[in-house]
Amino acid sequence: MAKKRILSVDDSASIRQMVAFTLESAGYDVVTAVDGEDGLNRLKTTTVDMVITDLNMPKLSGVDMIRQIRTIPALKFVPIVMLTTESEERKKMEGRAAGATGWIVKPFNPDQLLAVVRKLVS
Amino acid sequence: MSGRTGSPTVANPLDPAEIFRQEAVDLLARLEASLLDMEATPGDRALVDTAFRALHTLKGSGSMFGWDALAAFTHHIETTFDLVRRGELPVTRELVTLTLAAADHIRVLLEAPEQADKLRENALLASFRDLAPGSATTKPTKAAPPAGPAKAAAAGEKRTYRIRFRPGPDTMRLGTNPLLLLDELRGLGTCTVVPITDAVPPLEEIDPTGCYLAWDVVLTTAAATAAIADVFIFVADQSDLTIEELPIDPDAGRERRLGEILVERGDAVAADVAAGLNRQERLGTLLVRSGKVSEDRVASALVEQRHVRAAAKAKESSTTTGTIRVPAERLDSLMDQVGELVIAQARLMQQAVAGGDPVLKAISEDIERLASELRDTTMSIRMLPIGTLFGRFRRVVHDLSHELGKTVELATEGEETELDKTVIESLNDPLVHLIRNAIDHGLEEAGQRAAFGKPPVGRVLLSAVHSGAQVLITITDDGRGLNREKIRAKAEEKGLLAAGQDATDADLFGFIFHPGFSTAAAVTSVSGRGVGMDVVKRTIDGLRGTIEVASTVGQGTRITLKLPLTLAIIDGLLVRVGTERYVVPLSAVEECVELTREEDRRSEGRSFLNIRGDIVAFIRLRQLFEIPESAGAIQKVVIVAFGEARIGLVVDQVIGQHQTVIKSLSRLHRDLEGFSGATILGDGSVALILDIPHLIGFAREREAMLRAS
Repeated sequence: MAKKRILSVDDSASIRQMVAFTLESAGYDVVTAVDGEDGLNRLKTTTVDMVITDLNMPKLSGVDMIRQIRTIPALKFVPIVMLTTESEERKKMEGRAAGATGWIVKPFNPDQLLAVVRKLVS
Repeated sequence: MSGRTGSPTVANPLDPAEIFRQEAVDLLARLEASLLDMEATPGDRALVDTAFRALHTLKGSGSMFGWDALAAFTHHIETTFDLVRRGELPVTRELVTLTLAAADHIRVLLEAPEQADKLRENALLASFRDLAPGSATTKPTKAAPPAGPAKAAAAGEKRTYRIRFRPGPDTMRLGTNPLLLLDELRGLGTCTVVPITDAVPPLEEIDPTGCYLAWDVVLTTAAATAAIADVFIFVADQSDLTIEELPIDPDAGRERRLGEILVERGDAVAADVAAGLNRQERLGTLLVRSGKVSEDRVASALVEQRHVRAAAKAKESSTTTGTIRVPAERLDSLMDQVGELVIAQARLMQQAVAGGDPVLKAISEDIERLASELRDTTMSIRMLPIGTLFGRFRRVVHDLSHELGKTVELATEGEETELDKTVIESLNDPLVHLIRNAIDHGLEEAGQRAAFGKPPVGRVLLSAVHSGAQVLITITDDGRGLNREKIRAKAEEKGLLAAGQDATDADLFGFIFHPGFSTAAAVTSVSGRGVGMDVVKRTIDGLRGTIEVASTVGQGTRITLKLPLTLAIIDGLLVRVGTERYVVPLSAVEECVELTREEDRRSEGRSFLNIRGDIVAFIRLRQLFEIPESAGAIQKVVIVAFGEARIGLVVDQVIGQHQTVIKSLSRLHRDLEGFSGATILGDGSVALILDIPHLIGFAREREAMLRAS
């Protein structure tokens, strides 16, 4: 089976790097984007099996990006997981309404990240 | 390599902590720049957003990579800026100054958290609180269990759950594939899944992106309920989901019937069930036909019934095969008491027989039977499968094969063979030694093996098997085999064997158990020092066991350890020599024959007996024990076997079978040759237990001496 590809969208380089390292070590292919706009551009040129995105990002926020992703027919069913913090319950609800599949609360460790990815990507 | 100095070394560029540090430095610079710009243009929303995002990332990523103090402090500043961003707090010179001071503090927390001034931090937070009442009071809630897996806290007892999962119609449109969740459930334990299709609309009404299916799942798992709920964490709010624990009670005696399950699940009304039952047909078929309950629901209830039945069965078998741990001393004292009981019973029997009271004799026989059963049960409690020991040797073989550079495969057979716990414990060292020897001396290097046309991987087989009252443990290797010439040379050099003297394989191989006997050309760290085989022999002797060696040059060596099942009580044959009584371990006895005076006379001086064509050497115990008075008219010969060897022991009388509680000899008598212990007889007198292997060895030595002379 081909490697599953995951898009990591985050304006924090350390998070992007941690997500990429964790998932690549587990045998996934990872593409990264630095904000929502960058993320959408990536999705125009590459197909992914899952998106992991931060919510607070410059240019295009995570919630807005999720909303736009769900309008793309090919990405209708792609799992989208948002990274939130404990204090962002409202943001989480917005993300859900926009079409996010799930969420991971920061801080999280690699095992938690992998558990969520495995839950959503076959 | 250049010496490391106290200066910071170049950090690993892939270290996430280092990446965060660099990122944080950038973020702080961005925060300061936006703050300074803000002072000039207080109405610029974009600047507030930038500042907020910088704080947000500092907090979020900081908490990810271990900067907890930084994250906690930044949280308060972020909260304040969230108010600013939402227009609830104006941008003032005071705010900017305060935030710049906070940024400095964050920098300290980033670079040298241990030097951070707690007082200053509190003062800063107090100022923020004054600025925006409420902002710095909300503590960040301590990280609640994150979305990740909350695996079973402790792998406890298995429980069975009924999970009814009807995902919302949007589930797939929100990116969740419900089948993956079912797979996740299957990963938790034994799982039965039944699809419920009653909500699937007619084809023309189906929205292909919608989800219409539901599933009933019965899951038996050791995972906690929280772990099951976690499977559905992302869909719980849009699904109909119930997780209930089902009572699994193997003792309840009666499983729940289909009707009960349906009513309990709320799938059927009790009245319908009762009506159906009155019709004396299969309830499920009936309810489906009458349209009261859908076919899926009945199927699901039946599946639950089956699953619960299986789970109850599994639970039952796990309770019945359950074990309790008991301190070994208690078993030892139980064994001692059984031993005393056996002795007391022997006394009772003697009295009963002497008194001639048939009732007492019957009671005594009953007690004898019970004591014997009690002995067997007690001994079986002390039995452990030898697999517990074999398991340890995998590591030994693994380490050795690396150390010696030989590839070795260890195969084991008969792990379930049971042996007395004490025996198993004492076997560890001898077996380790024998395995080491097999690998080090026995197995050739891979190259050599190839030259002999053997597979490159050497094979060591460890097997255990019951044989009567003994357990045979064999260590077989497919190596080069024992070198008879080398052993002979060494034995002659050591003076164990006269030059040119005939020696059987058994004799030659026996030499390897002599102290200080090693033929290894090179002493490795593993073996070859000639220390060990004699210790192995001593240990096995101590266990009343024996060692046999068989070897074929070029094909390998097989070492067989024969061990008694237990150390405490044996079945013995009680014999009389002169006025004393002795016990011969029954496991060694092959048969008893008469030695008539005539035969006795004929065999005088020869000490050989013809047993159905086989020549068997015998020992006159009367002679051996130096009993002066002459024997009676008819003596008996007890033929005992030990390994391949057989000898006859000439005794005055064979008294009969006797349950023998082995008592070890006192320190004074421990070195006595020919006896392995003593036992107490029914009349309170002591009988010595004959050490058969030793007597056989003695007979063979004498035989060799006779032959030599």
